[in-house]
Amino acid sequence: MAYMKRSPWIIHYDGSSCNGCDIEVLACLTPLYDVERFGIINTGNPKHADILVVTGSVNEQSRQVIRNIYDQMPEPKVVVAFGICACSGGVFRECYNVDGGIDQVIPVDVYVPGCPVRPEQIIDGVVRALGVLEEKRARMKSGEPAEAGV
Amino acid sequence: MINVLFAVAFLVLAPILGGLIAGIDRKLTARMQGRVGPPVLQPFYDVGKLLEKEHVIVSVSQNFFVLAYLVFIAFSGALFFAGGDLLLVVFALTLAHVLLVLGAYSATSPYSFIGAERELVQLMAYEPMVILAAAGFYLATGSFSVMEIAAFPRPLIAVLPGIFIGLFYVLTMKLRKSPFDIATSHHAHQEIVKGVTTEFSGSTLGMVEVAHWYETVFLLGLFWLFFAWSPVIAVIALAILYLAEIFIDNATARVRWGFALRSIWAVTLVLSAANLVWLQYFGGL
Amino acid sequence: MDILLFLLLAPLIAAVLLLALPDHPIRDWVVRVAAVVIGGASCYLLATAFDKGSQVVAFPTEPVGQVMTVLAVVIALYIIAMGAKYRKPVPIVLALVQAGLLLWFELVYAPGMHAEHNLFVDEFSIVMALIIGIIGSAICVYAIPYMRTYHGQHPEIPDHRRAFFFVLFVFLSAMFGIVFSNNLAWLFFFWEVTTLCSFVLIGYSGTTEAIDNSFLALVLNLVGGIGFVGALLWLGMTQGTIELDRLVGAGAAVALVPATLISFAGLTKSAQLPFSSWLLGAMVAPTPVSALLHSSTMVKAGVYAIVKFAPVLSGTPSGFFVGLVGGVTFLAASAIAVTQSNAKRVLAYSTVANLGLVVACAGIGTYEAVWAAILLIIFHAIAKSLLFMGVGSVEHQVHSRDIEDMAGLVTRMPRVGVMMLIGMAGMYLAPLGMLISKWATLRAFIDAPGGVVFLLLIAFGSAITVFFWAKWMGILIARPNRGEPIEDRVPREELAVLGLVAFLVIAASLLFPWISKFLLEPHVLSIYGHTAELGQDNIIIMLLMLGAVLVLPLSLLYFRSGRHRLAPYMGGRPTTADMHFSGSLGIQREMGLHNYYLEDWFGEPRTFRAGVVVTVVLIVLMFAGLFVAGGLA
Ligand code: SF4
Repeated sequence: MAYMKRSPWIIHYDGSSCNGCDIEVLACLTPLYDVERFGIINTGNPKHADILVVTGSVNEQSRQVIRNIYDQMPEPKVVVAFGICACSGGVFRECYNVDGGIDQVIPVDVYVPGCPVRPEQIIDGVVRALGVLEEKRARMKSGEPAEAGV
Repeated sequence: MINVLFAVAFLVLAPILGGLIAGIDRKLTARMQGRVGPPVLQPFYDVGKLLEKEHVIVSVSQNFFVLAYLVFIAFSGALFFAGGDLLLVVFALTLAHVLLVLGAYSATSPYSFIGAERELVQLMAYEPMVILAAAGFYLATGSFSVMEIAAFPRPLIAVLPGIFIGLFYVLTMKLRKSPFDIATSHHAHQEIVKGVTTEFSGSTLGMVEVAHWYETVFLLGLFWLFFAWSPVIAVIALAILYLAEIFIDNATARVRWGFALRSIWAVTLVLSAANLVWLQYFGGL
Repeated sequence: MDILLFLLLAPLIAAVLLLALPDHPIRDWVVRVAAVVIGGASCYLLATAFDKGSQVVAFPTEPVGQVMTVLAVVIALYIIAMGAKYRKPVPIVLALVQAGLLLWFELVYAPGMHAEHNLFVDEFSIVMALIIGIIGSAICVYAIPYMRTYHGQHPEIPDHRRAFFFVLFVFLSAMFGIVFSNNLAWLFFFWEVTTLCSFVLIGYSGTTEAIDNSFLALVLNLVGGIGFVGALLWLGMTQGTIELDRLVGAGAAVALVPATLISFAGLTKSAQLPFSSWLLGAMVAPTPVSALLHSSTMVKAGVYAIVKFAPVLSGTPSGFFVGLVGGVTFLAASAIAVTQSNAKRVLAYSTVANLGLVVACAGIGTYEAVWAAILLIIFHAIAKSLLFMGVGSVEHQVHSRDIEDMAGLVTRMPRVGVMMLIGMAGMYLAPLGMLISKWATLRAFIDAPGGVVFLLLIAFGSAITVFFWAKWMGILIARPNRGEPIEDRVPREELAVLGLVAFLVIAASLLFPWISKFLLEPHVLSIYGHTAELGQDNIIIMLLMLGAVLVLPLSLLYFRSGRHRLAPYMGGRPTTADMHFSGSLGIQREMGLHNYYLEDWFGEPRTFRAGVVVTVVLIVLMFAGLFVAGGLA
């Protein structure tokens, strides 16, 4: 039975976002968008989470933290990069202190560009992530490593 | 005498009922906040998903403690519904919660450590009220046996109003609802990460969740005793009671643990002492 | 009943042997053999006497009585000499008063009071004898390796081990004397011997602190002793009987005054508030002493005497207030225990608290209460001695008795750690010993007149108890900094004794339906004519729970296998295995975990002061109750 798709719990980490994307992520929880409809919950705890949502780009400060949170999540897990900063570094790409998108540190499954991402896009991104999540679960069940390419 | 059939029925049905209550709870909470909310079966999806996750551990003993927690929560509920000794039920429940706390301690993370300490504060806060409630039932009916208390032909609420209110005050804490959800709480509440459950994941977290369902049903059973003389009234009363809890959960903000402890002890002391003295010296019914 | 005499004399002979033998391994063997013999003899007593009810023994009284009088004077002289040596006037005065009163009694009244039966044994004495004989001698064996390490680690303390073991065994003998004496004058003599022995043992290390605390214990126990002599004098003046069984059988009209006076003595000996400070002070002594004095013997003598008089106290105002002293002590001492981080002090306060519970039961004195009280005595003795010895072994390896320094003990000393967990669980968790007793206690309280007050005290008190035990257990199993394993350094013999007592904690919980059936119920039945008993269902449920507790750890085997292990969550900070992380500015820091101590809530001085005020008032009321009840009027 695939309950995985019906109960995706997320943890949201702010790499070095300008807070634009963060606000939009939070907006999804408000009555207007209400992502809990889909069973989505913002847990704030990697051990409970299935989806790692990162906004903002990676820099020296956030590099280890992203890695650490990612490592703390039990399989199967999916990473979604929200906002162009998280996807590639965006307008900050050339900054002296920015390393680029979060795929510099951990494997990213879904890229959702936008500056900032709109809540509709976020919901769409999470739904896409669910597909990946389900794939990984099936792979895990058949005994293969969930992370194919890592 | 105890009734094994009821115990088995509890063990099988309580998770279903408890999960449904949790689902309705989330739906109503969402409606109160002007949201659509998740499906009523969402709690089952959640636990189903947790069982599908990878088995990871932080410490070996943590899973043992959580398993023992689940076993003893189920045990105390089964003992209650089988009509056993109310005091033993209370003690088994205490044991269960201490096991949960130990599980949190064994994980060694600062977050679960603080959660454990706070859970202990909670335990210390509500324990007197629960023991005194058992004493109240005894003084009113002359028996600690749940079966005999439940078979008591007159409304216990009439002789135990103080105990009832006190227990209701404590119920908020037992259900992990605001304003007393100081150790850990339900979804979408931000915490000192996640309190006692911080380091539990996958099936271990699922066990905590199922244990909570068991406990919810047990608690409702405890309140049933006040109205046991008339099942219809009892069902209505429990529904109102739970609705009130949901409302309180949504209408209040979490208090500091010091205030929670102080206020619960004060309520316990005043209400239960008054009620018990009245019962012992001026006779109940 | 030669076995009674044997139990009285065997420790004494061992003591003399130990004093005579030079420093040599052979002395250790004497201790071991004596311990086995005494333990075996008390089991033999159980086997031969458990089904015979209460038996009294005629025993030639005059010469023994005279020897005791002489010895009592010698004890008084010794105390006066010590008082003079250390310039402590108070004990001198008290010893003089006590000796004067005693001589008055012995010379004026005693000749007219003939005691037919000087010794007796009943189910309660058997229980006490088993506790003294098994736990007491186990502690003596534990003391052998402990004292060796102790002197190895404290070269500055003069090695008086010879005297030490001598006093330990004299102590055991005196305890047997207390529980077998039917003659109150004898009982008092043995009572005073335990006071003296505790004085010597507490002051063992000879430091100023130890000496001061030993005098504190002496003074408070002498005050209690004066109460005891008062009871004897009262009996002499009113031409009462000096035989315990007759006195208790005579009922409240005759026996209430001596019962109250002896209860007062019992309150001091069992370290109830306001007298509890001596027990806390006694923690400076080497740990076997603490284990012996505060789990299985000394303090148990105090509650033994009160429980003995429970039928007399029952239903009287004095008895009610005796019980309340116990109840208030239970609450206050439990609260203070929360604020302590010194392991031995936590144990000490918890001892005071649990004895308070026993006293409360005895003061209520109904048949259910007495039944509960004896259960409490049994389970407390076993679990608490295990904890004291565990702390002692840990202290020698970790070099600290602070609870916070025991973090991660289950990884560093797995066996000792698990045994301490068993001991703690035995102190407060269902379905192990103490909780069974607490259950019985609650039922006893609820039926008693004025029971609501007791109910409130026990409800809040036990909630607090859960708090401080659970957080200590938590520290033992949390493992912030996995230090290297150090269990190998614990002497084998210590481990063996710990293992034995840990086994007893579980065994006693398993066997408790039978303990109740064959020892407690007949005893209560013979006194009150009816007895408390456990429903069949409840016994089955308890055993089920116990079974679950014993079986569930097997799941560890399953959980151990092949699981992905993650680090504890540290807010996303990368953390090393020994819990170091880089904090702000890249500085390496170590994670530390500290328990809550709730100083603002239950701070020691404040709670203690409040407890003292309340209990002093209660003790005054206890004596005032004599006038109300017509005992003195
Ligand atoms: S994508 Fe735009 S809104 Fe989002 S963090 Fe980057 S700059 Fe801010």
